Amino acid sequence: MGKREGLEVSLAVAEAVKLARADVIAAYPITPQTHIVEKLSEMVAEGELDAESITVESEHSALSACLGSAAAGARTFTATSGQGLELMHEVVYIASSMRLPIVMAEANRALSAPLSVWGDHSDVMAVRDTGWVQIFCESGQDAFDLTLWAFRAAEDKRVLFPVMVNLDGFHLTHVVEPIIIEDQAAVDAYLPPNDFPVPLDPRKPVNMGTFAPPHIYSEIKKSQEVAFQGTRPVLRELLDDFAKHFGRKYNFVETYKADDAETLILTMGSYSQTASVAVDELRAKGRKVGQVRIRLWRPFPFDELRAAVRNAKRLVILDRAIASGTSSPVATEVRSALYNEEKRSKIASIVAGLGGRDILPEQFVEIIERGEKIADEGQKEPFEMYGVRG
Amino acid sequence: METPMAEKTWKDIETGFVVETPGGARAYRTGDWRSQKPVYDKERCVKCGVCYMFCPDAAIRIMEDGYVDVNEYYCKGCGICARECWTGAFTMVPLSGSEKKEAKK
Ligand code: SF4
Ligand code: SF4
Repeated sequence: MGKREGLEVSLAVAEAVKLARADVIAAYPITPQTHIVEKLSEMVAEGELDAESITVESEHSALSACLGSAAAGARTFTATSGQGLELMHEVVYIASSMRLPIVMAEANRALSAPLSVWGDHSDVMAVRDTGWVQIFCESGQDAFDLTLWAFRAAEDKRVLFPVMVNLDGFHLTHVVEPIIIEDQAAVDAYLPPNDFPVPLDPRKPVNMGTFAPPHIYSEIKKSQEVAFQGTRPVLRELLDDFAKHFGRKYNFVETYKADDAETLILTMGSYSQTASVAVDELRAKGRKVGQVRIRLWRPFPFDELRAAVRNAKRLVILDRAIASGTSSPVATEVRSALYNEEKRSKIASIVAGLGGRDILPEQFVEIIERGEKIADEGQKEPFEMYGVRG
Repeated sequence: METPMAEKTWKDIETGFVVETPGGARAYRTGDWRSQKPVYDKERCVKCGVCYMFCPDAAIRIMEDGYVDVNEYYCKGCGICARECWTGAFTMVPLSGSEKKEAKK
């Protein structure tokens, strides 16, 4: 049986990586991710974890080292945040195109300038279309569980894509929560050893990461994209499998008090829990309000999302990032998912919670009420920012 | 016999575009990228091997007698040999129309 402990969420992620028996960890420290890799290098130094901890001079090198290690068939982990993910950007695409099952913990953080080490979703939105499976955590237990799941999913031969586990910087990484840490035997029973199909091996040389002239590039990209779009049923099955092993069921899209709701607040990440409190408050006043939470962000869960919002009159979508010059990322995605539906909810797109700004339950109440008004009137601007002075 | 690259469909692509038969670069004719070629003046060559080391395509080999030879199948005409040869034994010359056509074959 697992043990329930009060633990900082970053350290729970490190525990999951240790229990997964990672072979290689290559990362560069960056706030608010640092505690994860700091703890892992301590575990390696203390001999608690038999892994290579590679110290590198930048995030670009960290992920590049991960390419080599995953290509050799080693179970590979990295963690980053904000500017670090930006510095990795070039390599992020290479990891998915080469189908390397790397697991990354991504402590979501705002992007410079101005410099902000605090949380929002700007960093992950800049890599949303890079072909990584991207999943969002709401609690410390999610972070522990989905880190374990990420290895299982990435390495499944029907998947073979890197997986990014998103957890909100500070609001999740740095809080202490009661978390069930599963024991080694249970994790071993859940997670088979990595068996990468064509590893780098001097006894059977292969070429990886070659160049592709115009006559073959499109075929390669199509084969990658068909495979990525095709991972949805496997990822669904693997979440069921996780539930069978540990009794905790995660879904691509989660709902709360949504069945008869006329207005749904749609959120992603740890602020979802605060939004649930606001939903309770509005329900107590007799208002038909519910919640939808997107957990799997890539590949985008079109079917689950459509099913979850089918009966709602209004959708109030919270984005914690700006997509400069256009509408905000989650709202854009949801709008395009619903465009061909006969019955579509009216959408209000609201941006808030940037650069670590809290959204309190009473502010979520305001966001929902403001969103209802915008949705009913028809939104004129691409999005509205909430809680900005002036 | 493996399907030639230009005839492969997307379904024929190995996961991650891993190429399982090594040596693909040997078959690939970088020589057809050329718009100019190095012309070698043996008289000036002192057999130092500098061009051999600098050629990015390993298109230059050192012969038994110590002089060098350019393999036109691979030479992409970058001019590095001409730049690095300190006795000026290589001169870069633009390809003529018929040579360009020949290189594209
Ligand atoms: S660098 Fe010049 S001198 Fe030296 S081997 Fe090459 S051609 Fe001859
Ligand atoms: S021109 Fe470039 S490719 Fe050709 S032989 Fe000289 S160095 Fe090599």
